[in-house]
Amino acid sequence: MEMKLEKNQGGLLRLREKKGRGESGLSALYHKELADHIGSRRFLIVLVLIVLTSYASIYGAVSNLSDAVASDSDFIFLKLFTLSGNSIPSFTSFIALLGPFVGLTLGFDAINSERAEGTLNRLVSQPIYRDSVINGKFLAGAAIITVMVFSMGLFIGGVGLLVTGIPPSAEEIGRVLVFLVFTAVYICFWLALAILFSVLCRHAATSAMLGIGLWIFFALFMSLVATMTAGFLYPINDTATVGQVLNNYECQTAINRLSPYYLYSEAVSTIMNPNVRSTNLILPQQLSGAITGYLSLGQSILLVWPHMTGLLALTAVIFGISYIGFMRREVRSR
Amino acid sequence: MEETLSPIIHTEGLTKCYGSKTAVSELNLDIYPGEIFGLLGPNGAGKTTTTLMLLGLSEPTSGQAWIDGKNCTREPIAIKRMVGYLPDNVGFYSDMTGRENLHFTGRLNGLPEDVIRTRAEDLLEKVGMTQAADQKTGTYSRGMKQRLGVADVLMKDPSVIIMDEPTLGIDPEGMRELMQLIRRLASEDGRTILISSHQLYQIQQICDRVGLFVEGKLVACGKIDELARSMHREGQYVLETAAFPDDAGFKELLENLGNVDSVEREGEFYVVRSRSDAKRELLRRALDAGYTLAHLRQRENDLDEIYHRYFEEAEQEHGNETGKKPGRFAAFAREKG
Repeated sequence: MEMKLEKNQGGLLRLREKKGRGESGLSALYHKELADHIGSRRFLIVLVLIVLTSYASIYGAVSNLSDAVASDSDFIFLKLFTLSGNSIPSFTSFIALLGPFVGLTLGFDAINSERAEGTLNRLVSQPIYRDSVINGKFLAGAAIITVMVFSMGLFIGGVGLLVTGIPPSAEEIGRVLVFLVFTAVYICFWLALAILFSVLCRHAATSAMLGIGLWIFFALFMSLVATMTAGFLYPINDTATVGQVLNNYECQTAINRLSPYYLYSEAVSTIMNPNVRSTNLILPQQLSGAITGYLSLGQSILLVWPHMTGLLALTAVIFGISYIGFMRREVRSR
Repeated sequence: MEETLSPIIHTEGLTKCYGSKTAVSELNLDIYPGEIFGLLGPNGAGKTTTTLMLLGLSEPTSGQAWIDGKNCTREPIAIKRMVGYLPDNVGFYSDMTGRENLHFTGRLNGLPEDVIRTRAEDLLEKVGMTQAADQKTGTYSRGMKQRLGVADVLMKDPSVIIMDEPTLGIDPEGMRELMQLIRRLASEDGRTILISSHQLYQIQQICDRVGLFVEGKLVACGKIDELARSMHREGQYVLETAAFPDDAGFKELLENLGNVDSVEREGEFYVVRSRSDAKRELLRRALDAGYTLAHLRQRENDLDEIYHRYFEEAEQEHGNETGKKPGRFAAFAREKG
């Protein structure tokens, strides 16, 4: 009992102090990390890569735009982001694939490089809360990512406007903004994952390898695993009933949705394409009596709300684990 | 005089266990304001663990520590505001200059920008790093890093400074400068300094008091000459001597002095360990036997010797008894003698 009381008092004291000078540590760290990122060669490489892919994808989209418009002339502005050219993937699929790379690059050595350089124990002996170190790093990375994603969006929008000459409608702007928010959250998830590995692994190389491994697994192999598992649990043969096929498909999507890559791709294709009415399978009976038309932005958002929640929750959980791991770890010199 | 002051660093039964291994055991330590205290011990004796607990970076298994009346475990921020820590192998952000590194530390301490600027300049001057201040720290040598480390510690204007192996891997000239700097920090600015080290010679030069650490226990604590005197009380005398002609007969002579425990050859001279003062006897006999003494010195304030003795005793004690209080060690040694 007494111990508890004392601990509580300690907590109160700490709280009171936090209001005073505790935040200076966080802002100092945040600014330093931001400056580090912007000045680093690594950031330049990522930026060049992203600009190049943006350019390539918009080139592909514009060259195929006239064909696409001929068949469906609504929401032309959104097509800039979703159309794929000849052998060039669309911007959205490019980002789904390369976004993790950005997040991993910004975070894979966040903590372990400090440990290796011997700056971490100097840092934690300053009058700052230890969580400021990891919070500052995450916030700086997230800020960089947000700025990068939004400037990319504006860049593509601007180029599209110049090339096509068709101004976007308010709804299109709204959809693009939601898409960009999704992208930022998606990349932040990978940043959190990279920071987690940097807390757990002693060497930056190990944490980078783990991150890249997971990235490739989610992007390439997760769907294979899902198909195989579903095939094992709900086998389909020549005489399969509709129920069996449905079960198989639902199991497959359920497993796929564990992957942030799939979650993001599904959500983005729903947001950027007002034609999508459901992310699940719909039987013809369910569609009877439905009026063909586009979904409004609000309805589209409602459709992907679980995806957004899921991505945010994944990010929070991953960051929480790295937070606890970092706070518990005893800081010693090399 | 110091005894009338209340201690600035105070620990009571401080203990830290890692699994079944006890890194620090029942440490009771008092350090007074303005003194330089040397925490001595071999590698793995628990020195770094002790400093980490004092800084609130590591939680003690039991026992408590206070610095200036503040509990080290419960109020780590208040502690870190007034305690400067220079870790061994201090590291800096290698793509920032020395000056930028200092500014960053100032910002972490929440100092206003103008104070940071002027203080960084003063400190760079003080540690003699003004010329190299605008180089990236990645290009610094070890000695330069160490000096920048001292400046970095002083950025927050601490009243207590804890240094972990500050002299490791520094050339002699750099070492001399560092020692002078540390001395000045205590004598001119009145800061309390705790140095943990296994390099006896340097510690002996600057420390007011030392504590000897073996296997997580503080086996002796006090001024160096006090420790030496207590050693004499236990009947342990050490003589260094050399004579001309330097032949086998001289060694035999030394061995037959009476009350002599051992005679060892160390380079140029013999080291004689005895249970009573053998100086007079040696002088008389050497003269009689026709030897000219070329060297005769009593090793008394030599930390090396004290260190050696205490470690020897502590290891024996470790075999016989466990859980002894450090203060009783001298008594134990006397009983045996």
